[in-house]
Amino acid sequence: MAKFQEKCRVSAFEQLTADIFRLSVHGPRIAAVATPGQFVMVAVSDSLDPLLRRPLSIHRRSSDGSIGLLFKVIGKGTEMLTHLRVGDTLDLIGPLGRGFDLAPAGPVCLIGGGMGIAPLYFLAGQLARGGRNPQDDHVLLGARNREEIGPLADEFRALGYPVQVATDDGSIGHHGLIPELLPARLPAARRVYACGPHPMMKAVAGQCRQADVSCQVSLETHMACGLGACLGCAVSGAGGNYVHVCQHGPVFNAGDIAW
Amino acid sequence: MVAAAGKDLRVKVGTLTLRNPVLTASGTFGYGREFSDLVGLEQLGGIVVKGISLQPRAGNPPPRIFETACGMLNAIGLENVGVDRFISQKIPYLKKMNTPVIVNVLGDSVEEYGEIARRLDGVEGVSGLEVNISCPNVKRGGVAFGTVPEMAAAVTRAVRQATSLPVLIKLSPNVTDIVLMARAVEEAGADAISLINTLIGMAIDVKTRRPRLANVIGGLSGPAIKPVALRMVWQVAGAVSIPVIGIGGISSTEDALEFLLAGATAIQVGTANFYEPAASEQIIQGLSDYLVQQGEHSIQDIIGTLQTGQ
Repeated sequence: MAKFQEKCRVSAFEQLTADIFRLSVHGPRIAAVATPGQFVMVAVSDSLDPLLRRPLSIHRRSSDGSIGLLFKVIGKGTEMLTHLRVGDTLDLIGPLGRGFDLAPAGPVCLIGGGMGIAPLYFLAGQLARGGRNPQDDHVLLGARNREEIGPLADEFRALGYPVQVATDDGSIGHHGLIPELLPARLPAARRVYACGPHPMMKAVAGQCRQADVSCQVSLETHMACGLGACLGCAVSGAGGNYVHVCQHGPVFNAGDIAW
Repeated sequence: MVAAAGKDLRVKVGTLTLRNPVLTASGTFGYGREFSDLVGLEQLGGIVVKGISLQPRAGNPPPRIFETACGMLNAIGLENVGVDRFISQKIPYLKKMNTPVIVNVLGDSVEEYGEIARRLDGVEGVSGLEVNISCPNVKRGGVAFGTVPEMAAAVTRAVRQATSLPVLIKLSPNVTDIVLMARAVEEAGADAISLINTLIGMAIDVKTRRPRLANVIGGLSGPAIKPVALRMVWQVAGAVSIPVIGIGGISSTEDALEFLLAGATAIQVGTANFYEPAASEQIIQGLSDYLVQQGEHSIQDIIGTLQTGQ
């Protein structure tokens, strides 16, 4: 899989909530070959502190060569990204890693929590384009509150998907955790795609195993290079082995991970 | 990437002639291929591949890395494919390249170091061995060899006797007297000395009161360690007559020049590969440009020319 280092011009910058932002950049070489679930390594500054690039999954991709990134400020690196303005340049390396399988055997359920929603939007768009009827599928989105869901639920609806939302404070949708909405969807689903916090994905993976439904998860870890060189992004595999999120993932079959 | 006309960047490390003094450091450049889309591998002076042991190693439990101010901690645990799979799976790609490949080797015993060196001797595509006697991550190996001059010398002799390839010994900075270690491995037959490996460090998550690394301690690398590395390179270059290869936080042409001026014959780019894969190529170009600016013809005219007098 070809990867590129591309200096990308920022073409749009939206603040969705106090700490959630969405960037669009022009990166035609990366955009041309990216598939849902893949990520880019983002140079957050020219300085030596913070030193490392930040991995961000590809949230949107357009035929005009633009790449969308959705992120929440969690530290110094992501904070620096909030100072970007339209016309600035952002250095990306990508697309990296293995994405989602795009040929599910039947209806699917996409379940995302927090910033785990980001790659699912790219996935939803690609699946809807592949001759499927999104009305047969389902999207479940979890967040802390209404503000954090923001425009995201409506954007999935605009692709044709039925969407259900859960929030920690009940300010919109189901008052509770997003995996609580999954059991009702499992009888119909032939494939679940999940991305979110570890406890959420662990719960989803467990439910899918019990119901014998194929489940793909996208994992997040600390990562220095994203290229398979530093070996820092190891997670425990089901076979007592280590797998590397940047190389073998970030998308894994849930059964291959030691939860 | 075109070197400035007529500028000579060639250096010699033992019997090995490098087209320029810029190599990539072990553990930061995989087995080379990981960077083939992003870096002109055939522009590099050499590639030092991920440390290889006799048997494959799974490495340490996660979390294995943590970012610190201008640097990072790692406790990868020397995860690698083992010498046999390295030869069967990694060498076929590397040997097609017109760039010297130096294989970093590590072991749990003097005999094991010798055995790995024997298996790599005569393997087409291997231009030299760099012996890791200093990795702080594995409880049984590494650190003891790198901190006791007699043990470091014993490993050097074992590798020296097992191979006809140039032997580089990579020193640990976690010692009281780096010059003592350097002299010990020089006397034992090393062709060159690489330094420094990572400095042992740690970081703590105060919310959970847990260490940031599962291994608790790990190796600190990146620009944060550069002044320490530079000081050690300067001390060692003044004390031994074999070439010294400078490593430690090098990410720019100016960084590389500091090491060359301090007496390093060549340098390795390490952690910078993670955040700027183009760093090595930028440095190669930058060294050529520097020669032009300084009115010098050869990089040899720069090496060890630090002026410390009044």
